[in-house]
Amino acid sequence: MADDLTQGGPVLAADGTPLKASLNKAMRKNRIRALLLVAPLFIFILFSFLVPIIDMTFRSVDNWQVGTLMPETTKALAKWDGKDLPDEPVFVALIADLQAGAESREIGKVGTRLNYEKSGMRSLITGSARKAAKLKEGPYKPLVLKMNKRWKELETWTVIKRNTSPYTAGYYLNAVDMKYAKNGDIVRQPENRRIYGKLFMRTFAISLAITIVCVILAYPISYLLATLPLRYSNLLMIFVLLPFWTSLLVRTTAWIAMLQSQGVLNDLFVFFGLVDDANRLQLIHNLTGTIIAMTHILLPFMVLPLYSVMKTIPPSYMRAALSMGANPVVAFVRVYMPQTLSGIGAGSILVFILSIGYYITPALVGGTGGTLISNQIAYHMQSSLNWGLAGALGALLLASVLALYMLYNKIVGIDNMRLG
Amino acid sequence: MSEAADILVKFDSVQKSYDGESLVVKDFNLDVEKGEFVTMLGPSGSGKTTCLMMLAGFEPATHGEIYLDGVPINNVPPHKRGIGMVFQNYALFPHMTVAENLAFPLEVRGMGKSEINEKVTRALEMVRLDGFGDRRPAQLSGGQQQRVAVSRALVFEPKLVLMDEPLGALDKNLREEMQYEIKHIHENLQVTMVYVTHDQSEALTMSDRIAVFDDGVVQQLAPPDVLYEKPENAFVAGFIGENNRLYGKVTSVDGKFCQVELEGGGGQIKALAVNIGDVGSRTTLSLRPERVTIGAAKGDSTNSLEAKVEELIYLGDHIRSRVSLSGNSDFVIKVPNSHGHVHLKEGEITQIGWEAEDCRALDA
Repeated sequence: MADDLTQGGPVLAADGTPLKASLNKAMRKNRIRALLLVAPLFIFILFSFLVPIIDMTFRSVDNWQVGTLMPETTKALAKWDGKDLPDEPVFVALIADLQAGAESREIGKVGTRLNYEKSGMRSLITGSARKAAKLKEGPYKPLVLKMNKRWKELETWTVIKRNTSPYTAGYYLNAVDMKYAKNGDIVRQPENRRIYGKLFMRTFAISLAITIVCVILAYPISYLLATLPLRYSNLLMIFVLLPFWTSLLVRTTAWIAMLQSQGVLNDLFVFFGLVDDANRLQLIHNLTGTIIAMTHILLPFMVLPLYSVMKTIPPSYMRAALSMGANPVVAFVRVYMPQTLSGIGAGSILVFILSIGYYITPALVGGTGGTLISNQIAYHMQSSLNWGLAGALGALLLASVLALYMLYNKIVGIDNMRLG
Repeated sequence: MSEAADILVKFDSVQKSYDGESLVVKDFNLDVEKGEFVTMLGPSGSGKTTCLMMLAGFEPATHGEIYLDGVPINNVPPHKRGIGMVFQNYALFPHMTVAENLAFPLEVRGMGKSEINEKVTRALEMVRLDGFGDRRPAQLSGGQQQRVAVSRALVFEPKLVLMDEPLGALDKNLREEMQYEIKHIHENLQVTMVYVTHDQSEALTMSDRIAVFDDGVVQQLAPPDVLYEKPENAFVAGFIGENNRLYGKVTSVDGKFCQVELEGGGGQIKALAVNIGDVGSRTTLSLRPERVTIGAAKGDSTNSLEAKVEELIYLGDHIRSRVSLSGNSDFVIKVPNSHGHVHLKEGEITQIGWEAEDCRALDA
């Protein structure tokens, strides 16, 4: 429309400058102020959140060890066709790299890296490095082949060559229960070594169960909160928020005291004769314990969005439905509940995403049957020190959460999500 | 008029208390005839909405009985009362289309699909919203939402329709338009309506009878013209329309009329004795601004006083003149802007007068 008025030219301000430029100038001050206001938080998030995530994701594909610590071998293997054992030049390069690596004491990193792909590689590399230090002159091929019979296997060389590339898909394959076969093809892990797929499925199933239990428990409470007079609802709200104000560790430990075989709940069951003293229920250090404790901890995240949505629904809707002849149940299901869907959606996505990545509670009360993928990530971060695999598992978790988020957006629409 | 068979709604000494300490509604009695349009009018907190909620079944009566068509309904839940209701915020279900909103009361009654469609179409035609069935309430203007709400309360053909300040959220022009529309619907359908409002002009425009509420008590129940012209107490006189008050002491009573000695030294006034105590008691004289004549010579009207013009406000069709008289500086006179009307000046002393019949002596 503005173009019609000015016959196609840019709209001009009173002093003849283009209106857009004039507006930009006028708004610049506001924009700079807004930028300065968010800057501290942005910088904080950048360094404490985004950079670590990007770094860990990078580690999941990073494969620097062989290429950096065995540069000669890498060069020599580039020409190898992989059909037969390599020729003498490769062995010369190998000895040079092993000697250099033994000197700098860094060769162990190569061993550790290669051991992820094929067990026994660590001892092969470190052992050979020790022996290589004593070698004086070649030809090296027969000497190396004598050092360890694994050097005679074609697969050893295939693994080394594959990892001369600076990037690897190995960690991701591992994270989805796959591996490279002897000939370099990608195949599934044998049945008894598929753990992460199962763990992912269990994590999703437990999170879903927790979300459903949370909806069922939170809905009536939120309804009560939203309909009670203010002075009662404030008191009730404090009870709902109480878990937030207590240390996570204290709450989880309290659940252990409650749920263990000699704990409060089992004692009560036995006292009332619900269960036999000999067959006390196993409520903790398994799936049940994880679900109970995590539901308790995540319940407020369901109550708050539900409450804030219900608070905005005036009682006149229910009254209108009743006055039109709907009985209270029909009125509730057809008029009230549909209006709370946005709250259910917001609460569910919040609880689901939180529980998918939950670590401390399953670690304490989960036992072996109730641990989640995050516990496995923590294990690789802290104990096995396989940060590449931890990064790959974390990235997969992040990707699945984002995928769910997008799915939710497509079905429900993120604009319909109301947190308050 | 008052045959028992024609009475649809009967409030029989109904009381309501929320806290067990004070009564919100004190001894409420009302008979609503079939086809009648009764308005409960009163300031906020006067108990009018509470009465409506008790009739709809959303609040239980603390004492007394409410009858619908001769049947006591205190123990009938709201969804079995068959009363249509229009709410202040319309309460249109936001997750349903207009047509689904209208179909809702029919669906819960188990009506067939084709019958529902036919009734919904007719209901939309009635409020001139044909073709709007597929829209969501949020896509309609305030007036359109209002019309949908009205037709939704009527679509299942209830005997009685309640309206709780339904026009409160509309702007002035739309509100007047809707007043006529609701009035016409009432006339066409012959449905009984009980209407709650705090807007007196709304009540006067639409109602057959108006119950004026104050402090949980019905102050007067009468048709609009009676309410305006013959208020029975000072509250009603002050609440309905504009009203001048003068305070005085009754000096003598003579049949229909009485003599009142004005406070502030205005002299003796002859007034209609409506609601006064014995001789010597205090009384409020109520006088409509349009019943006062200006510049008349002494003796032209029964009562004649000197007044000083304090303020003139030009309002187009009339000039609102505030004068002080007998120590009261809030006495208002409406001077019609007609050909050759009296031209007053601020500060001028003028003679004003009124007839004894127009001046009602009420409770103090």
